[in-house]
Amino acid sequence: MDNAALKERILGLVPDAEYQENKQFLTFIIPPAKMHDLAFKLKSEADLAFDFLFCLSGVDMVKFLEVVYHLESTSHKHQLELKVRTEDRVNGAVDTVCDIWRTAEFHEREAFDLVGIRFNNHPDLRRIFLEEGWLGHPLRKDYVDEVNIVEL
Amino acid sequence: MKEVIHLPVQNVEEEEYHINMGPQHPSTHGVLRLVVSLQGEIVKSLKPHCGYIHRGIEKMCEKDTYPQIIHLTDRMDYLSAHINNHAVCMLVEKALEVEVPERVKYIRTIVDELNRIASHQLWWCSFGMDMGGLTCFFYGLRDREKILDIFEESFGSRLLHSYYTPGGLMMDIHPDFQKNVKAFIKYFRKKIKDYDELLTGNIIMQLRTQGIGILSKEDAISYGVTGPSGRASGFACDVRKHHPYGVYDKADFKEILGTKGDTFERYMMRMDEMLESMKIIEQLIDNIPAGDHTAKMKAVLKLPAGEYFQRVEAARGELGVYVVSDGNKSPYRMKFRSPNFSNLSVLDHISRGCKIADLVAIGASLDYVIPDIDR
Repeated sequence: MDNAALKERILGLVPDAEYQENKQFLTFIIPPAKMHDLAFKLKSEADLAFDFLFCLSGVDMVKFLEVVYHLESTSHKHQLELKVRTEDRVNGAVDTVCDIWRTAEFHEREAFDLVGIRFNNHPDLRRIFLEEGWLGHPLRKDYVDEVNIVEL
Repeated sequence: MKEVIHLPVQNVEEEEYHINMGPQHPSTHGVLRLVVSLQGEIVKSLKPHCGYIHRGIEKMCEKDTYPQIIHLTDRMDYLSAHINNHAVCMLVEKALEVEVPERVKYIRTIVDELNRIASHQLWWCSFGMDMGGLTCFFYGLRDREKILDIFEESFGSRLLHSYYTPGGLMMDIHPDFQKNVKAFIKYFRKKIKDYDELLTGNIIMQLRTQGIGILSKEDAISYGVTGPSGRASGFACDVRKHHPYGVYDKADFKEILGTKGDTFERYMMRMDEMLESMKIIEQLIDNIPAGDHTAKMKAVLKLPAGEYFQRVEAARGELGVYVVSDGNKSPYRMKFRSPNFSNLSVLDHISRGCKIADLVAIGASLDYVIPDIDR
């Protein structure tokens, strides 16, 4: 499916998805409540068949926390970028997609550990790199660590 | 007479217990801890514990300029250092819309493939050693040394090169580079037959790997297992083929695909890939065009605000670099989708029901490099 047709298709599934101009990927900002449902359809419907989640990143944009999903279909070869935003910096959470793409389990744990985004229904949401009891999330912009980070 | 005390006999076979493999274990090839739940010697489940070598590379990137970041990427998957450099360089070039000279593209592609062969040679060493064949280790390292010598001559270092810079190369290749690479290929084509005779055809090795740790194609895609490990399951994920970069579109090579997805198939993928890599190098080495070794670049590189993504095929799978730029000389957020991180996540799934000795073989066939997992 080419990008124009794909755009129509996504907007058909989630009418309040916000299209974002991006040179490389077709990008949409999805309301958090609709993400899991959309993810399920993206994988299961035959003309979409987005079966490969090749990247999942957490980003702290200060005003909100963002999860970025990069998807590819191994059969149709089309690609898609989805973003989900949460403005709550303390308890902000989005639904997990690791029941749909298993690779998300580790990537979501990484986003939780380093950016501090919680994932609802995640089977094993623990820190993955830092030790249990570590204070704060290093990739947040307001993270301060006078011991481990040496300012040059 | 003293009475004999009978202790209650516990049925060890039925009881589940946990052992730690690592963080210091020869078969994890680094500091990775696997907490394995065992029943007898059957693996029930395992939990990887990462982070022993987490250096916060993504955090460091937010303070560094793009040319400095190149040096950090070397230290992720140090066995495919050139390929990691390539990812960041191409990302910067794409963002700044710089067209690099043809000569650079040719040299980068050849060096990437040499790097891939060197990496697979070291994998073969350690695979043999994990299976109990120490001779492999000496054979593999002997041949890898030849590539490292070529690297040293041209780029000045053997492991962490940082040879690529945004826009081109740090310096031009050594005048003897082409001659030496051709001599190496001639040499290695002979030696790779020894590899097959020594290990591939070995019946003990085959019995220990065939039908062990089977990964289906659906699971490989779902878990994001890329590289030779994913292709062994039939998942066509070669970035060089599907999203060509460098001059891979000018070279004629096969994407090696397997069907069974077991440990032996993952082994065979890498053996065949070394031959394909040599084929790519042979096609390109005589056609390196003359010209400059770098494009004209500004002294300070500032990426226009926006998002960029670059995928390359590292020796162990797909490396993705995702950058959010706010227009400054350092990235706002830089994320590395490292191949080993996703490949590790499947270990629990494919090793369930195997024996603990098989876990060593499966781990060796997934070929993980720990600094790339932890970053």
